[in-house]
Amino acid sequence: MKVLCGIGGSDDSFRALDRTVERAAVANDDLTIAVVDNEDSSVSPDEVVERAEAAADEAEIDAEVRRVEGDPGSRLVEIAETEGFEEIVLGGGHTSPMGKITIGSIAEFVLLNAKTSVTLVR
Amino acid sequence: MSDRGYPNAVADEFPPPPTAFTDREDREIEIRPYAGEEAVREALVEMYDAFDPADRAQGIPPGGEERIREWLDAILCDDCYNVIAWCGDDAAGHATLVPDGDAYELAIFVHQEYQRAGIGTHLIRGLLGHGQANGVEKVWLTVERWNRAAVSLYKKIGFETSDAESFELEMGLRLHAGDDEDADPDDGDE
Repeated sequence: MKVLCGIGGSDDSFRALDRTVERAAVANDDLTIAVVDNEDSSVSPDEVVERAEAAADEAEIDAEVRRVEGDPGSRLVEIAETEGFEEIVLGGGHTSPMGKITIGSIAEFVLLNAKTSVTLVR
Repeated sequence: MSDRGYPNAVADEFPPPPTAFTDREDREIEIRPYAGEEAVREALVEMYDAFDPADRAQGIPPGGEERIREWLDAILCDDCYNVIAWCGDDAAGHATLVPDGDAYELAIFVHQEYQRAGIGTHLIRGLLGHGQANGVEKVWLTVERWNRAAVSLYKKIGFETSDAESFELEMGLRLHAGDDEDADPDDGDE
């Protein structure tokens, strides 16, 4: 399957990265990892790119890691549409001190606007 | 966290527990703070184990006894504030303040057998009274925007919406004047 994994540096996005890479190695997915701007993230995009490349190397898969600038949600939807991706994978949300799950604005936009299936990784 | 919004005005004074009242179903209800009692923790495990999954909000309370215990360990912590509504020996409802930086996150649950009887209002007022008595300054919460009963309860109490741009509404309340500069309304975009 042709999979687009969008990550911005939040904890849940790294969880999504690890799970997607793991799955791609087993299912032989054609994986692209899009590193997007997330203003709430404390990790710089360059570091996120490094983490993504390291994860792909470690799993011994041939994933493309791409830096995507601009509005994250709309860019991910646009890339999925123009390049024929079949699935978008994102982090499954932030957990508050109380244990409440909140879905971020990127996931919200993608869920509502994507034509492909969307997976949120918990 | 630090960029959350809170009203400039300080909320009313809320009655610190213990308090007692008769609910709309003529049940005698007592509101008492949690003070680390093992029996109270077990009563809460029982209440949440019997909790209707349809009343879950944003993943809490979790399902299954093991996850419930894990979650309770986190929210019954020493620097958390918890109050429970009792009907005899049964926990009818529970409200909690969990520390988050210089503020506290609030959540409240009323068991389905005890809903729509006025317990939620007493319980949240009791929790905020308990927090106020212990010097809590700022409280925030998130609520699913379709949950009108909860949103109107929070508004009635004095919570103001601080973020309306996602699935969940975020609301804030100021319990004490405090000495931070957050009260400065230079960041208001609403």
